[in-house]
Formats: sequence, structure tokens, C-alpha cells
Amino acid sequence: MVTDLDENIIEIEGFSFAIGTKQILKDVSLTIRSREYVSIIGPNGAGKTTLLKCIDKIYSGGTGTIKIKGRPVENYSQLELAKIVSYVPQADGRQFPFTVHEFVMMGRYPHLSPFSSIRQEDEDAVNASLSKTGIEEFADRHLWTLSSGERQKVFIAAALAQEAAVLLLDEPTTFLDYKHQAEIQNLLRRINLQSGKTIVSVTHDINCAALASDRILAIKEGSIVFRGKPKEVMRGDVLEKIYDKKFLFTKHPQTGLDIVVPEEVEA
Amino acid sequence: MRKGVILVVLLVLAILALVITPMIGMTKISVTHLFGSGFEETKSTIFWDIRIPRTCTAFLAGAALALSGMALQAMFRNPLATPFTLGVSSGASFGAAMYMIIAVKSGMAFALLGISGQSVFAFLGSVIAIVLVYGLTRAKRGFSTATMLLAGVAVSFFFSSLILFVQYISDFAQSYRIIRWLMGDFDVTGFRTVLRVFPFALGGSAIVFLLTRELNLLTTGDELAASRGVAVKTVKKMLFLATSLMVGGVVAVCGPIGFVGMVAPHICRLMVGHDHKYLATATLLFGGMFLTLCDTLARTLIAPAEIPVGVITALLGGPFFVWLLIRGSSERGLV
Repeated sequence: MVTDLDENIIEIEGFSFAIGTKQILKDVSLTIRSREYVSIIGPNGAGKTTLLKCIDKIYSGGTGTIKIKGRPVENYSQLELAKIVSYVPQADGRQFPFTVHEFVMMGRYPHLSPFSSIRQEDEDAVNASLSKTGIEEFADRHLWTLSSGERQKVFIAAALAQEAAVLLLDEPTTFLDYKHQAEIQNLLRRINLQSGKTIVSVTHDINCAALASDRILAIKEGSIVFRGKPKEVMRGDVLEKIYDKKFLFTKHPQTGLDIVVPEEVEA
Repeated sequence: MRKGVILVVLLVLAILALVITPMIGMTKISVTHLFGSGFEETKSTIFWDIRIPRTCTAFLAGAALALSGMALQAMFRNPLATPFTLGVSSGASFGAAMYMIIAVKSGMAFALLGISGQSVFAFLGSVIAIVLVYGLTRAKRGFSTATMLLAGVAVSFFFSSLILFVQYISDFAQSYRIIRWLMGDFDVTGFRTVLRVFPFALGGSAIVFLLTRELNLLTTGDELAASRGVAVKTVKKMLFLATSLMVGGVVAVCGPIGFVGMVAPHICRLMVGHDHKYLATATLLFGGMFLTLCDTLARTLIAPAEIPVGVITALLGGPFFVWLLIRGSSERGLV
């Protein structure tokens, strides 16, 4: 495990992607190392989610190259890719008619052969991810009875059961209350440090991104406009360039890092 | 294992339906008429040559239509998606009607590897309809119920007008035949009829049963399914093929029987849940049984005359559809 520490697990070079005539991503280049925790920030509609979906081949096409473990993504079958990369969608309103256990078990799909039934190691993998995310007690509940925060944990558990090295998360904390936001942040950091997963998380929460990540990327209008350490992004001029808006800062009482605070509401 | 018990009960009920319904009808037949002391030649002939093939055809048709409905509902992520509501049945009907006219007008009935031309045409009609509906639904992003039903209605209307045109250019006898057949009917002539439906039902359901895991994942959405490793496009093509086979095969022989594809999967979901591993088996058994019983009603209610079985399923299924439509919006939406 330690040997692949600095391996580049995702390499993107000159990647552009359009939906219809609308150019979503323009000449994006980036590399993400194995076991890194990277947050992607940027305004709404900048192309962050599209980038995640292109990495996981949910969207195919585009020009330029995306390589996973040194191999172009288009050369992977969807099944092979699923063993390396997993996408965790937003815990928005969508409802699934399954129990938590059934849903997490579906994460085992890439490891099951078409004719085999579920084996003990699949059960073990599911139970391990349920306990790692702290949702064992919901195992038999139906997904539609859970709150968004609980559902987000189930989505992460399913991605863990998939045993992919990379988790691509689409706004994992956006619809959650403060308690669940904190729980999800801690969970992701724990998965990153203890299980050695590479985390790529799209988020609107700049403070959390700065506190949790190793590195931050910012996308604006389809291009990468910033890449650097968390403390480098927490500067008025940098953030203003990304969001076209002025920011107020204060010191975090525990870490001493700069954090963003909301301004007074104008009448 | 509650689900296992339910499946066994369904299996027993299905076998009972297959054994008992052939004895019911204008001519009452009991076991003693067939074997042993009270043997009667006529009753035995009615039983073996008419009733049994008819029951088998009804069961196969019901099972195939119900499984098609189940597969479409998972793909469109909507409980109202059925061969009937999406216009797939209309497409198949148009194909079959075209063949009736062409074959009679030109005197060129043909068969492909022993499969009648009518079934082949109905299959092609289903394929066209399903591709049209899917394309229309995709054109506006997202699978809202409204978009899907509108696309289905549009495709249905389109093919219905084409069928009207076919009827217009055909003579009186043909036209009557088409109308009668459009009502959904088991015009069974011995085991040959069963064999006309069987390969389509078998082929289609084999594909569906191989793809139960993929159907579960499609229920959670194309994106999540892709991320879990499902080759979404390939799987959908295979399911379209399976549905077209089953709907085409059934419609060519029995006409467009509606609502089986909605009633059966939905009742089965209430019984065994949404996991297609159990749902597919339950749907097959229940769909077969449901249509067998509907057909028994159709041929006994006003005996010696018969009600087209499509009328019975529509009378039962119509209100069910409305109930689903009203209920679906308030509850947990999908499937």
C-alpha cells in the first residue's frame, strides 16, 4: 500500500468536453496522486460535476486525455473502471426503493461474476463498510425513510463496498445540517487517512475544503483557474478572481488558519 | 425467508391455475372424464386440443407481457411504463396488421426459420416503437412521468393512425379480423399456437433473468449504475431487444392485451419488494396466472359467446392505472 503513495492515479491532459454546442470543460489539465484529498471549488455551472462524470466515464467523449493509473479511461470497460473509481452522487431528493443493505450490496456489482451468487466475502465487505460509516443500525431500513445526512452515509458506504481506490464525491455536504456536515467531513478524512482512499470532492464550502484537503483546485467557466494548498486559496484576491465577489476573512479559533465569514446583509 | 415462501406459494398457485382452468368452461370437464372410468372421447379432445393449448398460450402471454412491463419500469424508472402505455403494443400491432394485409394481398405469406412472418413484423414494429419512445423521452432530459407518458401517447397515436389506414385499404373481412384481433384474443388452434409464442417468451425472459442485477442498478439511475460498472448502453439495448421479442411475439398471436404489464409487476413489488432477483420470478408467475384467469373469465362469463380478453384486462387495469397515477405523485415516486 505504501509503495503507491506518490503514484499519479488520475492524469488529465488538455481535456475539453461539450454537451451539444455548449462547451463545458476547456483544456483542463490536472494530476491527482494516490491517497490525496483534493477539493474542487468554483461557481455554479463551472463544470465541476461534469469533470467528475467524465473521470468516471459516466459521460464519454470529449477531446484530450483522461488517464486512470496510466491507462486512458476509454480503454477501460465500465466494469474494470468501477474497480478503481466510484462516483458518489448528491444526496438530493432522489429516492430508491431498496433497503440500506440491498443498496450497499449493489456496490459489490463489479466483483460479482454474472452467474455467481453473493459470497461470504461480499457480505463481509458490505458489513465492513456499514460499520466504517457507522450505519449498521440502519441496515434493514428502507432508503426513503432516511434523512439526507443518513442517505449520504449510505452512498459512501456503497462506494466503499465497491472497493474502489478513488471516491469522486459530488457536493457531499450540500443538503445537510451542521451535525451531518461535520460527520461526513470527518468520515471522508478518516477514509482518506485510514483506508488510504483517494478523495476528490466537489464542494461549495470553502472553509471545509480548506480544513480537510491536501490540495484545492478551482474551476471557473470550464477552466482551472487556481491550484494550490488550502492556505493559498484563503486570500481575498484569489477568491475574488474565482467567484467575482469580495470575501471577508477571520482566523479560525482552533487552527489559526484564515477562514471566510459571511458579510453583513445589505438592506 | 419470507420472499422464498411467497415465491413457492405463487408457483403452487400458478400450477393450480394451469391445471384447474382448462376444466372450467361451457363443457364441464373433470379428471374422471379424461382418465379412467368416465372417459369421454369428445371431452378429452376439448381438453387436450383446445383448452390446454389455450391455457398455455394465455399463461405464456401473461408472463411475457408482465416481464416486459417490469423491465420497462426499471429502465424508465417509472411504474406507469408498460408495453401498452409506451405504445410498444401499438407498434407491434401495426407490424402485424401490415403483414396481414401484405400477405393476403400479395399471397406471399412467409416464415423465417419456422417463425411466422406476422411475428417477425410485430417484433420489428415493437423495436421501432420502443426506439421512438426512448428517443423522445431522452430528447427532453430527465425521465419525468409527464414526458414519458406524452411520448408514449404520441407513439401510440402515430401507430393507431397507421393501423386505421391499413384497415381503410383492406376489405371488409380483413378489416373485421383486424378489429377483433386488436381487442386482444386467444384464437388458439392447438399446440401450434403455443409454439408460435413460446420461442419469443423464452428468449425474452431468458435475457431479463440474466440481467436482474443490472435491472436493480438501473432502478437507481443510469449514472449510479454506470459508476458501479454496468455497461448502461449495452444493457439497455439488450433489454429493448428482450421487450420487443416478448411484446412482438405475444401481440402477433394474441393482439395487444393491455395492462398485464402494469398490474402484475406492481402487485408483485408489494409482495416481494423491489429486488429483481425475486421480483422477476414473481412477476413471471403472477403475470401468467393473471392472464390465465382473465381468459377463463373471458370465455365463461357470457358463454357460449366470448368476451375479448383485452376487454377484461382493460376493465381491471384501467382503474388500477388511475390509482397508481394518483398515488404515485404523493408517495415515494419511482418504481
